[in-house]
Amino acid sequence: MLPVVQLKGVTHAYLGDREASLAVEDLNLNVEQGEFVSLVGPSGCGKTTLLSIIAGLLQPSQGEVFVNGEPIMGPSPEVGYMLQQDYLFPWRSILDNAILGLELTGNLNEESKKRTLELLQEMGLEGKEHALPTQLSGGMRQRVALVRTLATNPGLLLLDEPFSALDYQIKLQLEDLVSETLRSRGTTAILVTHDLSEAIAVSSSVILLQRNPGKIRKVFSVPEQIRSAPPLFARDQPGFSELFHEIWKEMEIAGRES
Amino acid sequence: MKHTEQSGLLASREQWLQQLHGDYKKTKHRWRNQVIVVRSSLLLLFFVLWEAGARMGWIDELLFSYPTKIFRQIWGDMVSGSLWPHLGMTVGETAVGFVLGTLLGTLLAVIIWWSPFLSAVLDPYMVVFNSMPKVALGPIFIVMFGAGFTAIVVTTLSITVIITTLVVYNSFCSVDPNLVKVVRSFGASRVQVFFKVILPASFPTVVSTLKVNVGMSWVGVIVGEFLVAKSGLGYLIIYGFQVFNFTLVMSSLLIIAAVATAMYQLVVYLEKRLLSRR
Repeated sequence: MLPVVQLKGVTHAYLGDREASLAVEDLNLNVEQGEFVSLVGPSGCGKTTLLSIIAGLLQPSQGEVFVNGEPIMGPSPEVGYMLQQDYLFPWRSILDNAILGLELTGNLNEESKKRTLELLQEMGLEGKEHALPTQLSGGMRQRVALVRTLATNPGLLLLDEPFSALDYQIKLQLEDLVSETLRSRGTTAILVTHDLSEAIAVSSSVILLQRNPGKIRKVFSVPEQIRSAPPLFARDQPGFSELFHEIWKEMEIAGRES
Repeated sequence: MKHTEQSGLLASREQWLQQLHGDYKKTKHRWRNQVIVVRSSLLLLFFVLWEAGARMGWIDELLFSYPTKIFRQIWGDMVSGSLWPHLGMTVGETAVGFVLGTLLGTLLAVIIWWSPFLSAVLDPYMVVFNSMPKVALGPIFIVMFGAGFTAIVVTTLSITVIITTLVVYNSFCSVDPNLVKVVRSFGASRVQVFFKVILPASFPTVVSTLKVNVGMSWVGVIVGEFLVAKSGLGYLIIYGFQVFNFTLVMSSLLIIAAVATAMYQLVVYLEKRLLSRR
């Protein structure tokens, strides 16, 4: 079967007045249907650059990117993107925020609106539809952002540290919710995070990047019993801490080399 | 037993909170009343001193006139109807200048936001035009548009447009780029980015420039009338000055203060209405 995401020799350089700096170099990566891949690595290893390239927000200087076999020319509703913070629009109600994507892609109708309302209910946001974002807590707001992203029904979800700005308890709850939702929908996902245990708990494989310039260092496959457990319990599975230390050690070595 | 004890505790707590709130409201109310009393006595004191000063000869009655004479003048002009054409002219010019200035300024901001190239090209011209005292262009406008309504409105526009453009453009640029990223990730076009993010996000700034523009428009109109007009409150001031009728000058000033304040309050009210959903 065709991989959902295919990167072939992707290189990207940021151009400034003083210099051109290499962010990622010659990256090759395949992500299969239904996989949940995490990108981890030190800051400056090009994680977010890579995500922006896959989202079509950034054109790579070199190389090719395919989503579902089609070359990426720009952002498309097929790819959902979730940012570090919720970035809900303060002047829109919760429902209006959630249907933003449908509005922009011209897919807003009675049926899709109803589906979004159901999605809000599933996320425990019933009765908040007409509230404004400022009236909601951080965890609730991030759940609205998730609904906004899922409302357009993307086959691929890109998550740019979506849990990092939340309290620890809320973060664990949301990890569960996201991984459960994605699994039931069969959505492929790529998560950028700096939290190693989060990466192992939610994903099927962890990709370690190194910096200067950004490259894939090593790919770790997460064992089946950790992968199938909900993130909160995955942390208690045998093999979890061994994998954690293995990745940790590799990161240390990579850090010393660069 | 325990239950009644608890409900008693609840009731007394409720009572205590209510009393606390009542005291707080009373203090606040008293404070507000004091402000109003002192405020109005200040105004009264000013008028009384002015009146007394002119009558006792502390200040030159010819130059400064005095309140009762001024109010009599205003009342007389209102009754005879000679005030209304002047007032109507000035208010009309100000309203047109204000609305057009805001619209054109915002439009110009949209255009340079749209094209960063144009923005870079126009930047030094905007800086020069903004730092220049625009009323100095008055004679040129008179030559171009004739001595009348148009020249005065254009003088007003020259004062309001550029500053509106600069403020609104700045607010366009300071919209959180991540909000733009959100809509871009859904594949939004530049038109959609503008109408879904940039405009609603800078709406409060646009509305607050309205308040600045009210004041600016009055400056433009009065100066314009000084230069050319045959009617209007600015004309009355200049005319009063030339015939040495300072009662007329003072009464025009008083009317301007009242009408300009009313216009400003109207905009404040509009702002409240427009932004009430936020």
